[in-house]
Amino acid sequence: MNKIGVEVQLYQDKRIPLTVEFSCLDNEVLALIGPSGSGKTTILRSIAGLYQAQKGLIACQQEIWFDSVNNVCVAAHQRAAGFVFQNYALFPHLTALENIAVGLTYLPKSQKISVAKKLLAQVHLQGLETRYPSQLSGGQQQRVAVARALARQPKVLLLDEPFSAVDQVTRKRLYREMFELRHTLSIPIILVTHDLNEAHLLADKVCLLHKGISLQTGTPTEVATKPISTTVARLMDQQNIFTAEVLAHNLEKNITQLNWQKHILTVPYQNKYALKQQVNWMIPPANILLHRKDRVSNGERENPLSGLIIESMLLGGYMNLVIQINENLKTNLHMSVPLHVAKRNQLQCGDIISVSLLTEGIHIFTHT
Amino acid sequence: MDWGALLLSLKLSLVTVVILLPVSIVLGRILAYQKFYGKSIVQAILSLPLVLPPTVLGYYMLVFLGNDSIFNKLFGSPLIFNFSGLIIASIIFNLPFAIQPVQRAFEAIPRDIREAGACCGLTPLKVLWKIELPLSWRGIVSAMMLTFAHTIGEFGVVLMVGGNIPNETKTIAIAIAIAIYDKVQIFDNEAAAIMSMFLLVFSLIIISITYLITDNSNHKHE
Repeated sequence: MNKIGVEVQLYQDKRIPLTVEFSCLDNEVLALIGPSGSGKTTILRSIAGLYQAQKGLIACQQEIWFDSVNNVCVAAHQRAAGFVFQNYALFPHLTALENIAVGLTYLPKSQKISVAKKLLAQVHLQGLETRYPSQLSGGQQQRVAVARALARQPKVLLLDEPFSAVDQVTRKRLYREMFELRHTLSIPIILVTHDLNEAHLLADKVCLLHKGISLQTGTPTEVATKPISTTVARLMDQQNIFTAEVLAHNLEKNITQLNWQKHILTVPYQNKYALKQQVNWMIPPANILLHRKDRVSNGERENPLSGLIIESMLLGGYMNLVIQINENLKTNLHMSVPLHVAKRNQLQCGDIISVSLLTEGIHIFTHT
Repeated sequence: MDWGALLLSLKLSLVTVVILLPVSIVLGRILAYQKFYGKSIVQAILSLPLVLPPTVLGYYMLVFLGNDSIFNKLFGSPLIFNFSGLIIASIIFNLPFAIQPVQRAFEAIPRDIREAGACCGLTPLKVLWKIELPLSWRGIVSAMMLTFAHTIGEFGVVLMVGGNIPNETKTIAIAIAIAIYDKVQIFDNEAAAIMSMFLLVFSLIIISITYLITDNSNHKHE
């Protein structure tokens, strides 16, 4: 059992199947990510005591909240878990201040209002004490919900897609506030999101879920760039996933070479795969380097390839390109370049361009 | 106007409401939130008075509470043709009127709002007191008003179980019927007209207030 933070192990084979194991330390933000129906909210509800899995263990700050072996299941109101619900679940008949005061069950009546006011100020909502939830904007409601969750002096903070019900501008502001808030808290924070960017932005660690199974836990970058399986890679929105054969290992140069559709690719040394073994490899678009037409750079020596631009799409300040490397095998590489680079190089569909796959950016994993 | 009958009706309605208020909160909440084996049959039984003719209900009450009933054999006194029997009959035929609106009112509270109460550290009883009752009181009040009005107007079961004993079982609805049957035959229907008009206006007012409360409830937190 972890002496600090929260440790979660949940197993269930019927209704909502679960095979979940993760832990989150104090001062750490863990994002539970995965597609809809992957069990994210069920896990959060299990930690809060609102759902009981068939088997498992939930321990928080040295307290056992759920232990199926010893028949322990602490009731929700006795678990100090701050919960921010997806639609905030503010009490509609109570004002913002009263909503927060509800969570101050441990204080005498006389102190509740002053402490609730402090919490409201902490989330920058001074002056809105007497407003009812229906009179607050989405962002303000979210802040009241956070203040209410913190009122309980929780030992873990659970956030269920707290940014999904607000517009993009408000969301960005709330991200900043959440970023500041997390540094003032010394408890584990578990955030449910299906937005990978949100997880990258706010979380120290992500736990990727699929059909109720925790597939991989690690830093957001680690899970995105070093997936343990094709499923993980696909769920992390990686599109450049291919199959190749191990050609050679070179310990001296710290490289492994792959044979991929008659191209020889140099990748970081990985001797756990035998020669001639089929492996999967992937590369995030950020590790594909466009060769400038007017100037040759050092990076161009790394795994050079050329192909035909068959699709280009503007998204934000970037141009997403699909490059056909092998017409017969319909092998396409996805990459994105900043808009100014695309303009300078006059990239358009039908052009043949050269790119380099950066060795350090290529990740190989077991072929499935 | 038969004031004794009116007073008896008001007394019966009040006692019925006082008893059915906690019963409907407990049963309405259980039916709204709990899943259990046989829930459909329980709901069906509680709804029976809505569809059964009062005579059927009255018949079974005579069977179970009357002179030849087990109840009489056990306790030595039947529960018919007296006020206590009337209360039992009144409670039974009002069950759906009291429970169903309360159940709907509890069902209308989103699950996450109730759960948020628990996550704030409130015990289930405090969640009921601080969250659920304030959010469902309109449904509860309209249920009780309907029960009150329905008891005032109930005729069939009351007549079968209570008979027509002045100041004991003769309610206003019975009194009207008696007035109509007695006085229409002798071409004097004034008393029947007054009492009927009284019940009509009374029922209209109660139902209007019920609709007003329900409408306000729907618009309150939009």
